[in-house]
Amino acid sequence: MIRVQTGIVDPGEEIGQLARAAGAGAVTTFVGVVRDEGGALLALTLEHYPGMTERALEALEAEARARWPVGDIRIVHRVGRMVPGDVIVFVGVSAIHRAEAFAACEFLIDRLKTDAPFWKFEEGREGARWVDARDGDDARAKRWR
Amino acid sequence: MDVTIKYFAWMRERAGTPEERVVLPAHVATVADVVAWLVTRGENYAAAFAKPHLVRAAVDQDSASHETSVLGAREIAFFPPVTGG
Repeated sequence: MIRVQTGIVDPGEEIGQLARAAGAGAVTTFVGVVRDEGGALLALTLEHYPGMTERALEALEAEARARWPVGDIRIVHRVGRMVPGDVIVFVGVSAIHRAEAFAACEFLIDRLKTDAPFWKFEEGREGARWVDARDGDDARAKRWR
Repeated sequence: MDVTIKYFAWMRERAGTPEERVVLPAHVATVADVVAWLVTRGENYAAAFAKPHLVRAAVDQDSASHETSVLGAREIAFFPPVTGG
């Protein structure tokens, strides 16, 4: 299940859905949160490419399913303006056992970072700027290729 | 050939538009050709494409390289490296 939304993301609700998935014996999650950068960050706005975003996330879900025997997959990404403490992204996987649930969840968030067309714009005390991509994210995503 | 061109993030700001309909000249066959043609259209496009190593592209919502064909494409997008999650 892929969702891109402007409304707040409720990790508890998503975990509940995963735990109730047929055959679930393990649920693993990644929750990305807007950092406050020591009080320097005031707001973060996520722009995306409607249409391509959903296609990219669906392709990642299909790849995860081809690699691991997982049950339910839930990827919820927030877009628009948010503030420190808000949830940006939720990735959750249910499976019969924990090993494949952990692996698929880590794969999904690592590849989401490099494959899905989202862009972050920061508003801080020092001004506003588009966030640069991180080399470390590329390295983490490449481990799965 | 009639096609929609979309721009995102700081490329959108520099281009001055989120999207536009254009008619590509007959010699434009690849993503690289589109870029080379766009930058001749005005200062705003030259600014959007001023850092070639930071330009990513998609053709009909699939990731593309500079060599990807745009023949028959309905939508071409340009954007900086992604930073979601």
